[in-house]
Amino acid sequence: MITPAVELNDATLRIGGRTVLRDVSFAIRPGEFIGVLGPNGSGKTTLMRAVLGLCPPFAGTIRVFGTEPRRGDAAIGYLPQTRTVIPDLRMRGLDFIGSSLDGHRWGLPRHDAAAQRSIAEALEAVGARELASRPLSDMSGGERQRLLLAQALIGHPKLLLLDEPLIMLDARHQEVAIDVVRRICRERGVTMLFSAHELNQLIHAVDRVLYLGHGQAALGSIDEVVTAPVLSRLYGTEIEVVRAGGRIFVMSRGQDVERVEHMHDHEHGHGHGHHHEH
Amino acid sequence: MFQYDFMINAFAAAGIVAAVSGVVGFFLVMRGQTFAGHALSHIGFAGATGAGLLGIGALWGLVGFTVAGGVVMGLLSDRIANRDVAIGVVLALALGFGLLFLHYHTSFATQATALLFGNVLAVDRGTIATLAVLAAITLAGLAAIMRPLVFMSLQPELAEARGVPLRFVSTAFLAIVALAVSQCAQIVGVLLVFTLMVGPPAAAQRLATGLWSGLALSAALALTEAWVGIALAFYTDWPVSFCIAALSALGYFAALGASGARSRTVAVD
Repeated sequence: MITPAVELNDATLRIGGRTVLRDVSFAIRPGEFIGVLGPNGSGKTTLMRAVLGLCPPFAGTIRVFGTEPRRGDAAIGYLPQTRTVIPDLRMRGLDFIGSSLDGHRWGLPRHDAAAQRSIAEALEAVGARELASRPLSDMSGGERQRLLLAQALIGHPKLLLLDEPLIMLDARHQEVAIDVVRRICRERGVTMLFSAHELNQLIHAVDRVLYLGHGQAALGSIDEVVTAPVLSRLYGTEIEVVRAGGRIFVMSRGQDVERVEHMHDHEHGHGHGHHHEH
Repeated sequence: MFQYDFMINAFAAAGIVAAVSGVVGFFLVMRGQTFAGHALSHIGFAGATGAGLLGIGALWGLVGFTVAGGVVMGLLSDRIANRDVAIGVVLALALGFGLLFLHYHTSFATQATALLFGNVLAVDRGTIATLAVLAAITLAGLAAIMRPLVFMSLQPELAEARGVPLRFVSTAFLAIVALAVSQCAQIVGVLLVFTLMVGPPAAAQRLATGLWSGLALSAALALTEAWVGIALAFYTDWPVSFCIAALSALGYFAALGASGARSRTVAVD
């Protein structure tokens, strides 16, 4: 039997006294591209933090490649949701990424030839070599996102946790980002947990989806999970699933649930991640 | 001007302190904690005046109080370190205590002016030696934590995931800032530590895009502004701290203008 990349057994995750996921069990196979979906506060970020070993389960077990999650696991690449990028920081991309290499060790930062090569290679993989010499303050949202994605690829992790990487990107850049991630997942056999607001962005890219909501989780193909009964249970309200023109709309009382969530998030400007799951 | 011992001493002391301020200030600006640095200097004022009452050297009062203040701020980081109001209240309280302690000094005005605005021309050789030792400790401490410090300043969530002890590093950093502030206050006074600890690093960060080049530029700017300021004061008879403050502001706004002009050119391209 293949060891699952991520496996939860009756896991309960709590954050600040609030139960986010209760008695959840599922197993993600190595190399799978998993779209992580669900309403705000459903535990997408908390799940990723648990996999990173930052939030030990209150009950049950979590296994990452067969072992208990531990902080600083080099096998996991992470792109966090709250990206505290100081807006007018003029530091160039190379030094920004460089700070994350061995950033957990003491002493002075050193970027030797090997480090420079791995940064260049990672930037190449996301088609953003020129960002190494550009200051962060001059980069667009899409470029910063690619820089962070490149950073997450350094060291060839076996598991990538991408928390809402599509936020702040326009439609065209979203497609490009998904294509890049999809290609890396295929070429390198990397397991992906990719959280997003909208299912339709990911519909052609994912192998399976993991829907979270109401303390529960459902993992399966889109056809298995994105159904009225399953989603009604997860959203805790009557849900209708409408398929039209190759797209899927998750509706509650005639409103597109995901779109409403998304707009709600934008009203809060850059406060992503502050008002939920932290 | 170098025929006077007091001028040579002033250059030596200012040189040591400016280099340390430029380097430590670089991280202070990068982390957006300049206000915390300012508050530490005011806490140091209370320490310095209080030490005088107890018959201890003012410098040691400064060092003791600022380092203690930095450690407390670091440990309370979630609740206080980045909250302007809390810092402002503590800052004002510290100044108030400083005033109270001064009230019991015999030479009220001289003491107050020297502490608040600096008195680099009165630095003696013993103080220079002490400053050199403090500078070495400060830079060694900074070198030890620099890698995780830069990482967690730029990407705190990722740093946490990679196992960087955020609270320990941020507390250690504030203690290092406190040491730098104590040294800086000897040259430009507690009210003007911004002139060496914020002006030059902020200017450097507008101009340089590399980490090491930015650090080097920041230290070089601080050094230049301090030395030119002293020379200017010598020839004009204006207060040294004023000259340094003016140069610091000039340097910052010039850098702001230069980087603004450059990004406009880039935008046109």
